[in-house]
Amino acid sequence: MAKTEKTKAPGWREVPIGGVNPEAGNAVKYNSGTWRTFKPVWFNDRCTQCYLCWINCPDVSILIKEGKVAGIDYEHCKGCGICAAVCPVKPKKAIEMVKEEK
Amino acid sequence: MSKKLVALTGNDAAAYAMKQINPDVVAAYPITPQTSLMEKFAQYVADGEIDTEVVLVESEHSAMSACVGASAAGARVMTATSSQGLALMWEICYIAAGYRLPIVMPLVNRALSGPINIHCDHSDAMGVRDSGWIQLWAENAQEVYDNLLQAIRIAEDPSVLLPVIVNYDGFIISHAIENMHIYDDAGINKFVGEYKPKYTLLDPANPTTFGGFDLPDYYFEHRRQIADAMTKSAKVIADVAEEFSKICGREYKFIEGYRLEDAEIAIVALGSTVGTARAVVDELREKGVKAGILKIRVFRPFPEGEIADSLKHLKAIAVLDRADALNAVGGPLFDEIRAALYRKSDIPVVNYIYGLGGRDMGLGEINHVYADLAGIAKTGKIKELTTYLGVRE
Repeated sequence: MAKTEKTKAPGWREVPIGGVNPEAGNAVKYNSGTWRTFKPVWFNDRCTQCYLCWINCPDVSILIKEGKVAGIDYEHCKGCGICAAVCPVKPKKAIEMVKEEK
Repeated sequence: MSKKLVALTGNDAAAYAMKQINPDVVAAYPITPQTSLMEKFAQYVADGEIDTEVVLVESEHSAMSACVGASAAGARVMTATSSQGLALMWEICYIAAGYRLPIVMPLVNRALSGPINIHCDHSDAMGVRDSGWIQLWAENAQEVYDNLLQAIRIAEDPSVLLPVIVNYDGFIISHAIENMHIYDDAGINKFVGEYKPKYTLLDPANPTTFGGFDLPDYYFEHRRQIADAMTKSAKVIADVAEEFSKICGREYKFIEGYRLEDAEIAIVALGSTVGTARAVVDELREKGVKAGILKIRVFRPFPEGEIADSLKHLKAIAVLDRADALNAVGGPLFDEIRAALYRKSDIPVVNYIYGLGGRDMGLGEINHVYADLAGIAKTGKIKELTTYLGVRE
């Protein structure tokens, strides 16, 4: 889905003035998922489909397919850990934070 | 357009202009160093004469922040400030210009602390000279009114979209009553027209983001655009002045010479001191001294070429600064006038820092400057580059 645009960056005459972004939802075009030190890992076999992670994710990075949680969008997830923190599944959470390996 | 002769303080003249502009939103801090200007304007709103939404906030930082929000939403926005108030707004002044929001703000020029002082001084305006705000300077109450009406048109022009400060001297202009002309509401209405924002936060069909993070790959381009808008504003300032002069019969230029064409010595100044200097020049002319004045009306954008052209025939020039740059050289206007003359002339230019914190600048002080200039013109020698005029030794 997400792809990084690889065209020549626009010059100052072409850029919208004032730093205004006139295009809604264009973050989908950019890989903004490069900041993480920990990444959420989702376990399908533990997930109860309660959607708490999807409701709480501030970056719309819980992927939903055919009405069901289906994984993490790592191109937009910042690694904040909220999804793992709110996951109510016991004894082991369905989302665990794992150190990023770079 | 019909006009009426009235007697108003500078503050009342500004409030009357704001009333006729009838901005959508005015956000202001209502306590000192705010002046009676905002009090008067708020009265117009309270009396139901205009329908501006007045937002009274808890600080000048918040006042300018509320203006930024309202302007980004697409409203025609004004505020007013003075002295420390502008200093507290400083951070957001850069943001208003950076987001290209055409906010218009009368600035009653007063000193910055410390020690604490709120009397006439240009230090407040000089503190935001590089913020991307256009700066107009008024010599009297009439020019406060006229400049404010023009400021709206300049700021909102699609090729400009920069905020504008209309400067006028604290107390000397703001609180003194002068005769001046005001114009009928319908005519002013037609002149200022309607603001059509380029982007607005309140258009759900075309959602936009203001205030996004601007990393090294775009920030520079946006700053370059501001520089371009400041350059382009010169034409708009000239066009708006021409249109306005057809209404009011008074000419408005970037700079204004007074008995300058055949002068040998001249002072360069901003604000009300120009008015005092006119009286001195008239007296000197009667004695055969070829004295003149160059008034700077538009300080940002800085009319470098016009200034250099208008001064090139002189034998000695004094730049008067009601603020000190504290750079161990001279005042901010002095620096820029000298830069304007660089490689265009070798006329001796000296600097007088005067009137700080409301110290009077009278006929005697200005006579003193012209006497010094006459000496420099005769000998070609500068004794003192920067003089603190009127300070007790």
